[in-house]
Amino acid sequence: MDTVTGLGLSSFAKAFVVGGAICVLAQLTLDLTKLTGAHVMVLFVVLGAIVSGFGLYEPLIAFAGAGAAIPLPAFGHALVAGTLKGAAERGFIGFVSGGLTATATGLTVAILFGFTMALVFRPRG
Amino acid sequence: MKADKPTTEAYQRLVKRKAPRPPLLRNVIWAFTVGGAICAVGQVFLGFFLLRGMPLREATVPAAAVMVGLGAFLTGLGVYDEIGKRAGMGAALPITGFANSITSPAMEFRSEGLVLGVGARLFTIAGPVIVWALAVALVVAAVKTLVAGPTGG
Repeated sequence: MDTVTGLGLSSFAKAFVVGGAICVLAQLTLDLTKLTGAHVMVLFVVLGAIVSGFGLYEPLIAFAGAGAAIPLPAFGHALVAGTLKGAAERGFIGFVSGGLTATATGLTVAILFGFTMALVFRPRG
Repeated sequence: MKADKPTTEAYQRLVKRKAPRPPLLRNVIWAFTVGGAICAVGQVFLGFFLLRGMPLREATVPAAAVMVGLGAFLTGLGVYDEIGKRAGMGAALPITGFANSITSPAMEFRSEGLVLGVGARLFTIAGPVIVWALAVALVVAAVKTLVAGPTGG
């Protein structure tokens, strides 16, 4: 059962604390290793996929809502969950297509908006 | 030497008090605050879609998409990169930072043309992220299916 019930005050507190904590882990990784920001982003997406494989990311989203669904590990989780869903529903074809199907909305918006912004705005400085 | 010691200690205390906070702690506080705040904004949209009767698993999709659009727009305005200078991974790790990593180089390399400038540079960071996430997700899903049988996630 979903434990996130929308706009209750505690749902914002949980989203803030869990989302902030995930970002702190990433910041510590950035500051305490020689990895660049891009490396840390890749690492955390990969970690999200692995954590999802152990069945632990879905409960984290149920607990923290956007605190777990907005940080990048959620992208890795969505790919794993979509791949498994596709495989269960449509076999091998679903296994291949399920991941990008599940993440298509976010990717399309990101590419479309990124492209549009580059046409409309000029970079500062 | 003996007389020196108290003054040395006092000096060390003074240094400790006057020195700027270590950048690590400052970075962590910024990352927590900004990252947490962005997720709290995301919770507004997630709550909106939940209240419309979507199950949680479906509602995260449009909520994330709205945040992606917001991140790209704030990058276009030049706001997001300013936040990112201080917030570090607090701005980069939320999905808004993924949108920023697409929009920012797309804008910057506009002068190199719409195809090889915008079209290619857009994926400077998103490319590695998508490639690695997809590859690892397929392996994870394959292993999980082999170990536990088809689960449907």
